[in-house]
Amino acid sequence: MSKIQELFAKKKNRILNVYCTAGYPRLDSIGEVIEALEQNGADIVEIGMPYSDPLADGPVIQQSSQVALGNGMTISVLLEQLKALKGKIHIPVVLMGYMNPVLQYGFEKFCADAANAGVDGLILPDLPEYEFETEYGSIIRKNGLDFIFLVTPETSPERVVKLDKLSSGFLYAVSSSSTTGTDKEMVSVDRYLQKLQGYKLKNPVLVGFGIKDKESFDKACAHSNGAIIGSAFIRALEGSDEIGKSTGEFLHSVLD
Amino acid sequence: MIDQLTSYQRPSGHGYYGKFGGAYIPEMLHPNVEQLQQSYLEIMQESTFQAEFRDLLHDYVGRPTPLYYAKRLSSVFNTNIFLKREDLCHTGAHKINNTIGQILLALRLGKKRIIAETGAGQHGVATATVCALKGVECIVYMGEKDIERQAPNVARMRMLGATVIPAISGSRTLKDATNEAIRDWINNPSDTHYIIGSVVGPHPYPDMVARFQSVISEETRWQLKEKTGSELPTHVIACVGGGSNAAGAFYHYLDELSVQLVAVEAAGHGINSGMSAATTALGKPGILHGSKSLLMQTEDGQVIEPHSISAGLDYPGIGPLHAHLFESGRATFLNATDEEAMRSAFEVARLEGIIPALETAHAFAALNKMDLNSNHHVILCLSGRGDKDLSAYMKQMDMIGETGK
Ligand SMILES: Cc1ncc(COP(=O)(O)O)c(C=O)c1O
Repeated sequence: MSKIQELFAKKKNRILNVYCTAGYPRLDSIGEVIEALEQNGADIVEIGMPYSDPLADGPVIQQSSQVALGNGMTISVLLEQLKALKGKIHIPVVLMGYMNPVLQYGFEKFCADAANAGVDGLILPDLPEYEFETEYGSIIRKNGLDFIFLVTPETSPERVVKLDKLSSGFLYAVSSSSTTGTDKEMVSVDRYLQKLQGYKLKNPVLVGFGIKDKESFDKACAHSNGAIIGSAFIRALEGSDEIGKSTGEFLHSVLD
Repeated sequence: MIDQLTSYQRPSGHGYYGKFGGAYIPEMLHPNVEQLQQSYLEIMQESTFQAEFRDLLHDYVGRPTPLYYAKRLSSVFNTNIFLKREDLCHTGAHKINNTIGQILLALRLGKKRIIAETGAGQHGVATATVCALKGVECIVYMGEKDIERQAPNVARMRMLGATVIPAISGSRTLKDATNEAIRDWINNPSDTHYIIGSVVGPHPYPDMVARFQSVISEETRWQLKEKTGSELPTHVIACVGGGSNAAGAFYHYLDELSVQLVAVEAAGHGINSGMSAATTALGKPGILHGSKSLLMQTEDGQVIEPHSISAGLDYPGIGPLHAHLFESGRATFLNATDEEAMRSAFEVARLEGIIPALETAHAFAALNKMDLNSNHHVILCLSGRGDKDLSAYMKQMDMIGETGK
């Protein structure tokens, strides 16, 4: 059983997965961020590998990616940082990023080095299912990593079932068709999540995009196993000199 | 796979030309892209679609565009040069061949809102034009830098009723405008069609746009036969930004292996200057805007901001078809610097009375780099007219005097 699967075996509700861009706000912030997340109730950390052209992201994560790249963040730097933190991180670590930087690093080497650095799962939103099945999926599995596909309210029922079958760890339910950090009303999210529950999926479901505070977190958790917060957390870190304190305050505002 | 062995024209079922292509898109785009993948060929083959497409190309765009024997230019290069006059299309460039096709397709898919990206503004104008023609809302994303350097086209889009939204991220050019258009599409999943302006993007765009532009070489085959007795030239030359005019000019010669295909990229200040847009010279395989192709990027896989004086060529990638033509050796890739293109624009203006677009000027500049003789028949795709570039041309005349040399 993977570390992510162990987590969901123990805890089935109100799982909180927090996203942070690697190298943000400073090149070496990641250790401090993860420690503060663990101490204040986050269950999973999702680390964004910054990319110059993040198509699925809104302005907040675009901006944090630019800052991180300016700080000198690269995949090699990140994996070195994570390796140095091995043993000190207890919650599962998921890497999120775009295909191009991963391909340049070398896909096989990336999976091996990530697993070796203590990474548990991958989210690569622009890796399509055809290429996953024919080329990349076996490499990911061979290295013992979970791979998480996204589904949206527009994804057909047959496709949800297929992407669930290809995923392991959890399934990422995008709350509405949007880029990250948009303030679209989550009006129909209840119905959408109930529909997902009806498909009897093999993986737990975490809801992401537009989750920003206690209200939206509670709403997402009502019909899923938990939620993912990204842009709102990045905003909480913006301009903060005390990462630990800002992280604590933010998580308490969501969880209490 | 059989397609791949017999034809350069058609990608595989999953949109691959050799190892390039595919649809590397986030799930949010999947329903729209899948709908296109499943319907584009069927819709394009419908007789009512074909009839409307052909009628508009004829009566509205002004096709067929002439194939013009450029006598004075030919004698300078001691060869035979035929100019395919896409500059005479309505709106002044080849871009409208594609936007006519895509608007008809979008309407058949029930879409109510059109988005587009533009670099030089030619594709933006061509999109705004067909949206006005059909009474459809039109939003065009354009890099802030390009809005400054292509002001006349921005004014044309606005007059045609389009909303022009500046892209303020990254290099504030074509790549960033494309990012913003894709993000808009993600945020408007049901009523919107994205009219991509070149043979780039996820499958089926490269194939769809190439098919709409293929009318260029469909015409040159019979036009050249009328003039020379043979459908086949020895060379076809076209500039490449994303590669749509080149794809259209090459299309019906791709599998005629005796025809040399010459693609011309923008070298900017020079290949090794750090200020260039010559993708095949500087790029490596990578993924941008939904397809695997050649891409200018750092060792860490971050996209490099390109440079070209010509906004339409200022793009760090090329379409997957062209990446395959490059890798397989089917096409020859040359490049021309800002300065060489500028010089050729003035040369063509003075020799032929035609002011070409700065993009097209790169194709002309390549004539200096080829070994041509009087037995050759060269078709050069004159992709657009130069009105939009007058301010750059005026600056050049200020700098070095009226001769432009
Ligand atoms: C006149 C002209 N030629 C060429 C191009 C380059 O595009 P493509 O390579 O898709 O033909 C443009 C793009 O704006 C253009 O306006």
